[in-house]
Amino acid sequence: MSSLSLTKAFVTLLRRDLLLVMRRRSEAVNPVLFFIIVTSLFPFGTSSDTALLQQIAPGIVWVAALLAAMLSLDAIFRSDFEDGSLEQLMLSPHPASVLVLAKVMAHWLVTGVPLLIAAPFMALLYGLPSEALPTLLISLLIGTPVLSLVGSVGVALTVALRQGGVILSLLVLPLYVPVLIFGSGAVELAVQGFSPAANLYMLSAILALAVVFTPWPASAALRLSLS
Amino acid sequence: MMRFIHQLASPPYFYHFSGKVLPWFLGLFLVFLSYGLYGGLVLAPTDYQQGESYRIIYIHVPAAWMSLFIYMVMAISGAIGLIWHIKLADVVAISSAPIGAMFTLLALVTGSIWGKPMWGTWWEWEARLTSELVLLFLYLGVIALYNAVEDKRTASRAIAILALVGVVNIPIIHYSVEWWNTLHQGPTVTKFDKPSIHLSMLLPLLSMAVAFKVYYGIGLLVRARNELLQRERNTGWVRELLHDE
Repeated sequence: MSSLSLTKAFVTLLRRDLLLVMRRRSEAVNPVLFFIIVTSLFPFGTSSDTALLQQIAPGIVWVAALLAAMLSLDAIFRSDFEDGSLEQLMLSPHPASVLVLAKVMAHWLVTGVPLLIAAPFMALLYGLPSEALPTLLISLLIGTPVLSLVGSVGVALTVALRQGGVILSLLVLPLYVPVLIFGSGAVELAVQGFSPAANLYMLSAILALAVVFTPWPASAALRLSLS
Repeated sequence: MMRFIHQLASPPYFYHFSGKVLPWFLGLFLVFLSYGLYGGLVLAPTDYQQGESYRIIYIHVPAAWMSLFIYMVMAISGAIGLIWHIKLADVVAISSAPIGAMFTLLALVTGSIWGKPMWGTWWEWEARLTSELVLLFLYLGVIALYNAVEDKRTASRAIAILALVGVVNIPIIHYSVEWWNTLHQGPTVTKFDKPSIHLSMLLPLLSMAVAFKVYYGIGLLVRARNELLQRERNTGWVRELLHDE
């Protein structure tokens, strides 16, 4: 085990997590389905007026993406925690934060990327102008990894709890506010015909911060949950 | 000085010391509170623009200051507990959370009451009020997490991690909310010009700020003493204490 290089450990863990998801494909589809259903529910709750829908579309797509990411967060560590493999991971000679990063990346690939594929269709339903579509995709591309990263800290803190789910949302949702603001703000600007660059830069900055700083508290929290 | 700090970190010493300090804090609190309230509600002149309703700042502004201050205290003492495994720091962190949440709620409620005559609505999605709301959520998350974890030592460390993550996030949340707010609507909010505030208004405000800080000290000590007794109920000094009384 100790002869395994860090990069190799990262790739191996990533591959293992993706393989596990491939074996349980139906579970992996659920977050996207949730995303699609939630976004298509909003017109029933508001109105079918296209002008209004167009106006609220960025916010709705982003809030739905946020909820979909949050509901699937538990999967990052839960099953590994229950079958004990998380403990083995923590015992490995590699820094836990890097391993956490691999698991978070696997989670994003499974839950974040499908949202990117579904989002354009939802944008069509809301009559979002096609000029805004690239911005929507880019904002989701930069923003959803942040959701997984920040969420991993919350999951790591609550994974040992029996009723972790509700508390997880209480911990994580307030921390998602900046992502929501800059993400939907970028799309809104694009809809109005302005340049969304500033918002996207801010989102990228948040992503950079999150990549560097979240694996560390997440692994500390995991150690705590395992103790 | 260092020796005093080391001594203070030991639960029995802290318990006795805080017991002696508490009455003094109470007296200090009453002095500053009565001057602040009297000066603010009676002596200070009426604002030429906002009339009498500006006087709510004597509660609102100190409460808002405290809401952030206590979060910082919570995060720092949480970090101390996390790094050096000092029991008292853990206790201070969790004892701060409900007080901080209360101050945040107070700031929100008074802000909303102030908003009714000023803006004409109870709630305006104004940047500072909104970030205060998010801060309240952060506090509630900390409290919920602490209550959910069975073992209190583990719970203390968990909330320390959460509070530290929150502290990094608070400035980001604050500035993003400010940014979002200016995007959606122009600055319709009347702002207090801090430097132009008259001394007769400022002094009671500062006095209230001190009073609130001392109140936090009182609340913190009482809660921390309680928490200590509960956590250390199987140790010798608590038994001795109970025997004496």
